[in-house]
This record gives sequence, C-alpha cells and structure tokens, in this order.
Amino acid sequence: MVHVSATPVLALRGVSKRFGAVQALTDVELEVHAGEVVALVGDNGAGKSTLVKTIAGVHPIDDGVIEWEGRPVTISKPHDAQNLGIATVYQDLALCDNIDVVGNLFLGREIKRRGILDEVEMERRARELLKTLSIRIPSVRIPIASLSGGQRQTVAIARSMLGEPKLVILDEPTAALGVEQTAQVLDLVERLRERGHAVILISHNMADVKAVADKVAVLRLGRNNGVFEVKTTSQEEIIAAITGATDNAVTRRAARTTGEVSQ
Amino acid sequence: MSIDKTSDVSATPQNEHLVENPEAAAQAVTAVDPRLLVREQGLAGYVGEFKRKIKAGELGSLPVVLGLIIICVIFQSLNSEFLSAQNISDITVTMVGTGMISVGIVFVLLLGEIDLSVGSVSGAASAVAAVLAVNQGWPEWAAVLVAVLAGVAIGAAHGFFFAVLGAPAFAVTLAGLLFWLGFMLKVLGEDGTINLDSDGLIGKLTTYFFSDIAAAYGLATVAVAVFFLTSFLDNRRREAAGVPSRPLSDVLLRTGLLAVVSFAAAFIYNQYKGLPLATVIFLVFLVATDFLLRRTAYGRKIFALGGSVEASRRAGINVTAIRISVFAISGGFAAIGGLFLASKIASANQSAGTGDLLMNAIAAAVIGGTSLFGGRGRTWNALLGVLVIVSIQYGLQLQSIAEPVKYMITAAVLLTTVVIDSITRRTQKTAGRA
Repeated sequence: MVHVSATPVLALRGVSKRFGAVQALTDVELEVHAGEVVALVGDNGAGKSTLVKTIAGVHPIDDGVIEWEGRPVTISKPHDAQNLGIATVYQDLALCDNIDVVGNLFLGREIKRRGILDEVEMERRARELLKTLSIRIPSVRIPIASLSGGQRQTVAIARSMLGEPKLVILDEPTAALGVEQTAQVLDLVERLRERGHAVILISHNMADVKAVADKVAVLRLGRNNGVFEVKTTSQEEIIAAITGATDNAVTRRAARTTGEVSQ
Repeated sequence: MSIDKTSDVSATPQNEHLVENPEAAAQAVTAVDPRLLVREQGLAGYVGEFKRKIKAGELGSLPVVLGLIIICVIFQSLNSEFLSAQNISDITVTMVGTGMISVGIVFVLLLGEIDLSVGSVSGAASAVAAVLAVNQGWPEWAAVLVAVLAGVAIGAAHGFFFAVLGAPAFAVTLAGLLFWLGFMLKVLGEDGTINLDSDGLIGKLTTYFFSDIAAAYGLATVAVAVFFLTSFLDNRRREAAGVPSRPLSDVLLRTGLLAVVSFAAAFIYNQYKGLPLATVIFLVFLVATDFLLRRTAYGRKIFALGGSVEASRRAGINVTAIRISVFAISGGFAAIGGLFLASKIASANQSAGTGDLLMNAIAAAVIGGTSLFGGRGRTWNALLGVLVIVSIQYGLQLQSIAEPVKYMITAAVLLTTVVIDSITRRTQKTAGRA
C-alpha cells in the first residue's frame, strides 16, 4: 500500500479532450501524490501523450477539472504548468547538442552577474545538482553530443529538477536505452520519489513499471481502464487491461473496484 | 598578418573544453565511466588532451591558421614584397569591408541559415550614405548613422519574412539581393557614381592611421593586460567557487602567445604608416561580438537555436525575436562593411556590393571555421577567413595574375576548407563528438 498523503498533488477529474472528430480523452481520472510514482501505460494511441500534454499545458482540456493540491486550476499554456511546479521531460529530450552540459541545464534560465552569464556559478550549481542526484557525467563542460543516450536522459531529467518542481512527468525515459543506462534512469526516478517529488512515468516497458512505480494507471482508447497497485497486481493483469483482452463489464467492474481500493 | 590571429587560436571553443574536470581523475574510479579519457592535471595533461582532440578531429581553427602560414610562405618566396610592412598594412585595411560583412554572416550561419542579401545591402547602405552626405549635404556622421540603421531595418525586414511568415531564409534574402541592388541603382541615379570627400568621416575610415608609434604599442599592451587580467580573475573566482580552473602556466602561455602576435603586429604597423583606424574598429567589433555571443544570455540563445529549434522553444526562448534580431545584425554589419568598402574607393558607385563580395563574405566565415549547419562558430572566424581570402588576392596581384585565376584559386581554397570541415566532422562522429 502506498503511503497516501491527504490531498493529491495533481488530480484530474473527468478530463476530456477532442481533436476535431477524434475524442482523444474521455472522462479521465488520475491522482498523483507527493512521493509517489504513477506509471501511465496503454497501447499506442491510448491517449497517454495527449493526457500528459494536457497536464503540461500544450493542449488545454475541453471538459473536466484539473486540481492542483486540492484547488481547481486552469492550465492553458506550458508556462502555467511550469509556474505551478510541473516539469515535463519529453521523449525527444529537447537538449541542444552543440551546447555543453552546464549550458543545457540552465538554458532559458541562465544565471547572470551584472548582465553577463555567470559561468562559474552555473557550473558550481550544475555540479551540486548532478551530485545530489548521483548523476555520473565525465565533465560538465563537454557538449551534449559527446554523451551517451542514458547520460543525455539523466541530464534532461536533472534539468527538469532545477526549478524544484512538485510534479515531474517523464515521457518514455527508458525507450532506446541499454540495460545499464535504463538502470541509471530508474535509479534516478527512485531518487526523485525519495526527495518527495510526485512522478508520472509513461512507459511501454512492464519491467520498468514493475521496478519503480507505486501505481499503474491504464488508459485504453482514451478512457481509464483501471488503476492498479503495482505490488499486488501481476504483469498479466496489467497487460490484459492495456490490450483490452478481458475488456468486458465484469473486468471493468473489477478494475474499478481495484482502483477505488488504491485511492 | 593581423594582431589577433593567434589570440583567437588560443581561445577557440575546442580549447575551452580543456577546462575539464581535474578532480574527476580522483573520482574516476567510482563515478566516471572508466573508458572515458580524463585529462591529467598540469601542462602535460594539456598536451595529451590536445593530441587526443586532433586525433578525434576537433581541429577548430588549426587548419585555417596552418593555411595562412602556408599562404605567407608561398607568396613570400615568390615575392619578398608580400610580407613587407606596407603590404601587410594594406591587406589588413582592405579586409575590413568584407570582414565586417562576414561577421554578420557568422551570426546568420550560427542559426543554420544563410543571408544572400548582404552584398546588395552593403551597396545600398553606401549609396544611402553618399546621397545623404554629398547630394543632400547632411553631416557625414548623420549619413553614416542613417545608413547603418537602414541596414539594420533591411535585415529586420528579411528576418520578419523568414521568422514570422515562415518563408525560407534562402529565398527571402535572394529576393533581397535583387531588390536592394535595384534600390541602390535607383538611389544613385543617372550618374551612377557619387564621389565622397576623402577627408570626411567615411573617407577617413580607411585612410586614417595613428602615426604615433605609442598608439600601436599601447593598444597591444592594453590587449595583453586585459586578456591576462580577465583570465586571471576568472580563474581566481573559479578556485574560490571550487570549480575546475586552468593552471596558471596555461594562462601565462596564452597571454604570451597573444603578446608575441600583438607586439609583432604593432611593430610592423609602425614600420609603415602606423596603426590603421579601420583595423582598430574591426578588432573592437570582433571583441564586442565575441563577448555578445559567448558571455551573454542573448548569445547563448543564438547558439541554442543553431543546436535545436525545438529545444530552444521549450526552454522558453522567443525564437521569432531572436531570428529577426540576428538578421537585423547581419544587415547592420553589411551596411558597416559597405561604408568601409566605399571609403576604400572614396565613392559610392553602381558596382558596389556586386561581383564576388557576397561569395567572399560567406567564404570567409566558412573558411574561418564557422559551421554551415548552425550552432558552431565564432566571429573571430570572420577575421581568419577574410585574412586568407584577401592575402591570396594581394599575393596574386603582386604576381600580376589575372582576375579569372584569382577566382579559381579562391574557389579552390573554399572547397578545400569545406572538404576539411566535412572530413573532420566525419572523424568527430566516429569519435562520438559530432
């Protein structure tokens, strides 16, 4: 059982989103608490990315309510999400290959001293940050292009931590990573949880989900298809919910009750 | 030869990566992937790192400096006039016009874009300045100001079509090339040539020399002192903050190199007419733009856009504003370059900004080491590149080799540079550093 804090950091209540003729999300419910890792899983086109983008402010929601620490909020642009304390690490990293690690970490929020870039202070803070997160980088002054895929991913995650966010959204952080590198990223996710951040983790990899997540929220065809406790749920059950192999009234009811227990 | 040829080399970005983590060696056992090469401390470490970088294809400005030395050796052996004080002085004054335009090109190339209009814009600006100063009787400083602002506005307009309306920069500036050529011809009117007062402000740009020998030596001293002090103080702050710093021997070596080149240049200038005003203005602009690109948040944003537009947008960078401003800078430098070119011939005429000017300005940026693909380069590249091009032109002129051959040789140099660039980039890719 997950230690449940009183109010969730983020709660979605009946969120819907349409794109023209496509109903991408229908009445989606989701709760994330501080110090909790919620895995968001589902097949391609299930609406995971759309859901994340509504939280990140890329696509404003059509219906429903987003609650932030118990209060209803409007997130209509990425800036709103950032101001609330939501940091999103996208799948395609969003790092500049030609700029060094320090420059990338502080891109868009450079530290200045008398109007000039304060490289010394930025480098000091970068090292401090990487040290707290136990991130291993050969040097903070080499361009991102020189880093391996796993190292880039950890830099991208570290970058999201600079604003001390309350909620971190990771979009497939381990896709295309090797065994060792995946382990590094998963370690980092655990460290985020230990530090009291709420984490939403999108993943296709059941092993990763089982390894780090506390809860698994399944989306299917833009709707909730159950929220499971990772510890008490078998991988088969989750996969069944994702593929809809047992998608009928009975399993839906069962899934609902499981979801309620976990609340 | 210019004052700052080697000072540039001593501070290329590749060398900056030398400021690596000396402590990492200690942590390497546990924290760092053992396959990563970590630099040893001290001077030996630098030599090792330098060799490794060369092998990995991180040549930086090394090829162009070597090229420049080869050019000097060849032409000097053909004609001992080549390295005479007068010829060197002439080269460094002549290069300023094209060099200024090339500085603007470096900015645009950093975005991974191209500005084909700079030649025409430089011609248009010189025509505007000449008409205002000579035909309308304005004071020359006002005419110069209006011409430069016109260049900035023209560049901003190109930037608007590119950044806001989304037209390809190539096409927009190609249209600009034609339009501003037509504009210049129209402004110049039927006579087609307006002679400038050679004692006026524009005329003096390329004809004034600080004949007092103290001027050249003074500037060299100031440059060396400022360079040493800033490096030294920066190091002190780094040490205080506990981040890796360069060893003092490294700072002294760089300062020494700069001192040798600056004082040699000062000595040569004083053998002829003294320190040329044009070169001083060019150096001031180079120092200022280099500072802007590498020490300010604005410059960091330009590099970021050259690296990844999407990443920049997500980092909250106003992509449209930066793009427009960069094209405005390019237009501004084109106008400044146009004024220097007009000053050199003491007139604004119909052939201004045409011919091989555009190609030379772009070639200079690329020869100097600016990447055509964005995100890599420095404004000092413009100086190195334009030195190569103008040196070749002067060298061939001394041999009285005709114009067609000059074009072909300049083309060969450009091609060689681009080939070296692609080969080193391939090496960098295999070395995991592209």
